[in-house]
Amino acid sequence: MFRQARYDEPLIFEIGRKNTSKSERNNVVPEKISRKKLPEIPSLTEPEVVRHYTRLSQMNYGVDTGFYPLGSCTMKYTPKIVEEIAGFEEVNLHPYQSQSTVQGSLRIMYELEQMLKEIGGVDDVTLQPAAGAHGEFTGMLITRAYHESRNESRTEVILPDTAHGTNPASAHMAGFDVVEIPSEDGMVCLKALKNALSDKTAAFMLTNPNTLGIFEENVCEIAEAVHDAGALLYYDGANLNAIMGKARPGDMGFDLVHFNLHKTFCTPHGGGGPGAGPVGVKSFLRKFLPIPQVEYDEKKYYLNYDKPDSIGKISPFYGNFAVLLKAYVYIKLLGGNGLKNVAELSVLNANYMKEKLKKHYPLPYKNLRKHEFVLAGSELKEKNARTLDLAKMLLDYGLHAPTIYFPHLVDEAIMIEPTETESKNEMDKFIHAMIKISKNPLKNYSPKNTSAGKIDEIGAAKNMILSWKMFKEKK
Amino acid sequence: MNYIPNFEYRKEMLKEIGVKSIDELFSDIPEKIRIKKLNLPDGKSEMEVKKQVTEILEQNKKFLSFLGSGIYDIYVPSAVKAITGRSEFYTSYTPYQPEVSQGMLQAMFEYQSMIAELTGMDVANASMYDGATAVGEAALMCSRMNRKKEFIIPGAISWEKKSVLRNYAKGAGLKIKEIGYDTETGKINLDELKNNINDNTAGIYVENPNFFGVFEDEIDEIKNIIGKALFVAGVNPMSLGIIKSPAEYNADIVVGEGQSIGNPMGFGGPLLGIFACKKEYIRQMPGRVIGMTKDTNGRRAFCMTLQTREQHIRREKASSNICTNESLCALSTVVYLSLIGPDGLEKIGRELVSKTKFLSDELNKIDGFKAPLFSSYHFNEFVIQSKNDINRIHKKLVEKGVDPGLVLTKQFPELGNTMLCTVSEMHSKEDLLTLVNGLKEVSHV
Repeated sequence: MFRQARYDEPLIFEIGRKNTSKSERNNVVPEKISRKKLPEIPSLTEPEVVRHYTRLSQMNYGVDTGFYPLGSCTMKYTPKIVEEIAGFEEVNLHPYQSQSTVQGSLRIMYELEQMLKEIGGVDDVTLQPAAGAHGEFTGMLITRAYHESRNESRTEVILPDTAHGTNPASAHMAGFDVVEIPSEDGMVCLKALKNALSDKTAAFMLTNPNTLGIFEENVCEIAEAVHDAGALLYYDGANLNAIMGKARPGDMGFDLVHFNLHKTFCTPHGGGGPGAGPVGVKSFLRKFLPIPQVEYDEKKYYLNYDKPDSIGKISPFYGNFAVLLKAYVYIKLLGGNGLKNVAELSVLNANYMKEKLKKHYPLPYKNLRKHEFVLAGSELKEKNARTLDLAKMLLDYGLHAPTIYFPHLVDEAIMIEPTETESKNEMDKFIHAMIKISKNPLKNYSPKNTSAGKIDEIGAAKNMILSWKMFKEKK
Repeated sequence: MNYIPNFEYRKEMLKEIGVKSIDELFSDIPEKIRIKKLNLPDGKSEMEVKKQVTEILEQNKKFLSFLGSGIYDIYVPSAVKAITGRSEFYTSYTPYQPEVSQGMLQAMFEYQSMIAELTGMDVANASMYDGATAVGEAALMCSRMNRKKEFIIPGAISWEKKSVLRNYAKGAGLKIKEIGYDTETGKINLDELKNNINDNTAGIYVENPNFFGVFEDEIDEIKNIIGKALFVAGVNPMSLGIIKSPAEYNADIVVGEGQSIGNPMGFGGPLLGIFACKKEYIRQMPGRVIGMTKDTNGRRAFCMTLQTREQHIRREKASSNICTNESLCALSTVVYLSLIGPDGLEKIGRELVSKTKFLSDELNKIDGFKAPLFSSYHFNEFVIQSKNDINRIHKKLVEKGVDPGLVLTKQFPELGNTMLCTVSEMHSKEDLLTLVNGLKEVSHV
């Protein structure tokens, strides 16, 4: 039976004693800018702080707690050695240290680039983007630079209605107008794509397998159409876990590819971040990659800033190095054979769960899935409940809910990604819970075994208490 | 070590699915793009990998360094690592299910609150990638708010930050204008600023202390000059125990690099982008925000809020594309600040000022050097000028195992042979004297 810790844990500001120090505050800075009143952060001892945050951690659910089938997020188990190595003192270097003194770090980055090139089927890789969306933005800036270099004014980016929300947001941030095309049978509608393509199209963004977990079988035809229109094909790597070692985006015709290291290479997710979103490109786009590139001249590793066509910088330094290191360790542990097993088992697991669950929840579109699948919660509605209720009911079983209400084209969507690190036993427990709930879903369900009951999210938006300061003002 | 279960159930599961082999599950991938295997070495044991990676990392040399400019060597207390090392935190993700994520949500609310206290702003978001992208997001936010298309920055900020900002500004068609600095004081040139503000100015970004480590003590005057344009203040959070909060000089948005309050340098990443603003601007703020509310039982609870600004709801109309952020780094920061408290923060600030003064005084005594170059109050770094080739001096010292600072000849050729020298809380008095003696020895090379 699942019982999450439930403390009435005060805010750290409410534990804190008032700052009582009466030290003479003789100014060390000019009077005009000197701070008269210390910031009101709490003044606590180490045991008080550690107990507070330990209790909070016990009110938090992670992959190490249990099954976390959050679709499109690839919540897999991270080997502990990965964290240990990232904490080594040799990692804690200043980014401006002379290159001759950081050869170890540069070598890790260089080799990681080589490994990602092979996995993605691309010719070069930048490690600089800090997250998947940041990688997309980088890719869109490269797209922009490429068309500008050819004196072409291309203002539109096309994407399917199954695309992650970051895709349109990233394209828009890079200055493109977004054109969304409808899907057909859960895949890109080739006809709609061809109609949308024009001499204004800068790129088509696609994730493959897509967010329904379906492999875009026409990907080669898609690539041909996009290239015929003079546009670039962008690969959103959020779902790469499904095909590693089986197929490569570069071979499918993608020109730009981003990798989500926190997903596919389990670096892990850190409660929301940090991640890393390296971008790979085909050779004709290499010159636009951000500076610096890590290179090797057979004697030493070095940072190459001499790239006149580069888009410049996207992050202040070389990317999230500690995260890159974790992905490096992970790839070394698994190797080429292991990564292929990852894809195979993640797909086996997803199809197993799908097969067991499709008798109880409608499964839109064709049958075969890759690493994830999307069920419809439409029949819950007939019983007066919703997918949101299903999610809350699952929590009481000690299972994290799937991604819900995405992608939008599935009614009351339930998006399930088990990943390869779940045992059949864990999946069977989840399947059992899902079946049980399907028979008797409860309207407006509030979980009982979790740290909190159902949260009033509308009240949060209405009252807008976003800091201790705003809380005190409301009181 | 095996991370992938179910090998033994493979047959049974395939049977359930109704296929004969794993390969059949991949039959939807067109044959011409299938590959047999990746051209990567086979996996190795944990023991082998640890040995191999340790050997590679040992090729790094960590030594006495006076590098800074946004990234600072700090002492991260063991308790910080103990908390961020709790896997309930680090193996979770964006808290989409708040009922099982109260721990991270409350910690992020506390982080937002502490940043609000440090900066004097009403609210902060739950983090951006780093200080540079935070400046980029701030520029876009200014333009969204007042529909104006010029953004003013000091010419004297790190070139990396400028480059990142230009990339963020490109899509929105924002023009970036640079303002020079006063060559005597190292502070922003107020006359030039006055002349460049106009009706098209969306916002202005000012760092205090600035890139040269100099306090912009005319900051109230700057606020007067810029009038209706939005004021984006860049902070070094380590200084906020001793200098005015940006709220006191009426900044609208505050950004900064938060690495130096609780996170290791990590060779430049992951970092922590601080982003705070006045509450009237909240709906234009980028990034995730955590709010306090109640659960059905009336107990205090937390959840993500104002999500209609974000990409997963608003898609191309979102205030930013950011999704994954730097939550775990924000967690480090909130634990760090709780441990050091307001007195600790003030003490760090004071000590940095006095150690920096001591070092620049000592260096100034050496024949052929001027330190600090600018006649102003400094925080934790300063420009030192040499009569001789600074690149050679730098190289000689690195050979001796001391990195004396960041050479500025490329970015600021007009300053001559200069470098930016940074003092950290990790430096002992002996460390400072090692630099002094080192520079003495090589000053005439």
